[in-house]
Amino acid sequence: MLQSKTIETVVGLFVAIGLGALLVLAMRVSNLNLADFGNENGYEIRAKFDNIGGLKVRSPVKMAGVTVGRVAAIDIAKDTYEAIATLKIDKRYNQIPADTAANIYTAGLLGEQYVSLEPGGDENFLKAGDEITLTQSAVVLEQIIGQFLFEKAAEGDEGGDKGS
Amino acid sequence: MISVLRGLGRAGLGFFERLGRGHVFLFYSLLGVPAGLYRIHLLLTQVYMAGVLSLVIIVVSGFFVGMVLGLQGYNTLVDFGAEESLGILVALSLVRELGPVVAALLFAGRAGSALTAEIGLMKTTEQLAAMEMMAVDPLKRVVAPRLLAGVLAMPLLAAIFSAVGVYGGYFVGVGLLGVDEGAFWAQMQSSVDFHDDIMNGVIKSFVFGFTVTWIAVFEGYDTVPTSEGISRATTRTVVNSSLAVLGLDFVLTALMFD
Repeated sequence: MLQSKTIETVVGLFVAIGLGALLVLAMRVSNLNLADFGNENGYEIRAKFDNIGGLKVRSPVKMAGVTVGRVAAIDIAKDTYEAIATLKIDKRYNQIPADTAANIYTAGLLGEQYVSLEPGGDENFLKAGDEITLTQSAVVLEQIIGQFLFEKAAEGDEGGDKGS
Repeated sequence: MISVLRGLGRAGLGFFERLGRGHVFLFYSLLGVPAGLYRIHLLLTQVYMAGVLSLVIIVVSGFFVGMVLGLQGYNTLVDFGAEESLGILVALSLVRELGPVVAALLFAGRAGSALTAEIGLMKTTEQLAAMEMMAVDPLKRVVAPRLLAGVLAMPLLAAIFSAVGVYGGYFVGVGLLGVDEGAFWAQMQSSVDFHDDIMNGVIKSFVFGFTVTWIAVFEGYDTVPTSEGISRATTRTVVNSSLAVLGLDFVLTALMFD
């Protein structure tokens, strides 16, 4: 049996290593970003989409590829049946033109979906509670394939008409 | 025919009796935990026995498990041209499942069996009875510090396992197989969530640590006081706690990651 002082030291070392490992997991492995915490440092704007596809709460909001905020909430409009995405933008980015367009894109072929903001030329900036009116919905693969097949069929019909 | 039924009935009654005794035992041990906190020296000794002495096996196995994950994951992912996702695969499998579970299994084999044998021998040599004679409650003096130490040590061991494992995967993936280092970390960081993945892993390892230590100290305390009884109790500790960890893992996973 070791001396009690030695045991205290060794146990202290063990606890420090364990907490250090947790810190490594938090900082190096996960996306824990201390700036992300605290809800007050940002402002919320809303955007209506016909279809949000696979967008989720906490999906990133990007401008020119830089993450400027996150999707805070997703809801549906009671009258128009459109999806309303509430975007929480970091307060550092408070100079986004009012006529900015919002698109839902997919990162890579199979990646997650995110909101991309394309700045316009308006001299007024978006404020908390504003709504983005220029939006483009998520691309739904089945719709595109359906459209493609439909167009192909239409082409085929035209070709047949010319031939006869 | 009747004797078969009687045997079944006896086995069933025995099982429920042990289950009940285990819970009563746990209740009185938990009552002893506050008193155990005053005798911090006893607790530290047990953290040393359960945690520090398990460190080597945890670190070595963590590193090898991470390396195997890196190797296997790379061989599968490279077929899809997605070897940059290796970081996600290694980190998520370690943090969510393998870290808590494998660390708990190793903990059951390394520390749990030692606990059972120690307490079992104390009972067999009538040290526990002697303590009671001296008006020292063995549940407070012997069992409570060990229970607390197991619950405290297990999450730390699991965190060390996962962290070392990630670096093992990094060593094989980036160092040996040539995955891009930036993509390895960046993809990992974008997919692993601190709260949903890492904290849930920590909660899992808390539950596992509690379960394994509880089974270990109860089996020791409930030993038939013979040398054969100790050997049976030690075996039961490892078997039962491994089964409990794997079963609980399924339940916890179903609850956490729906």
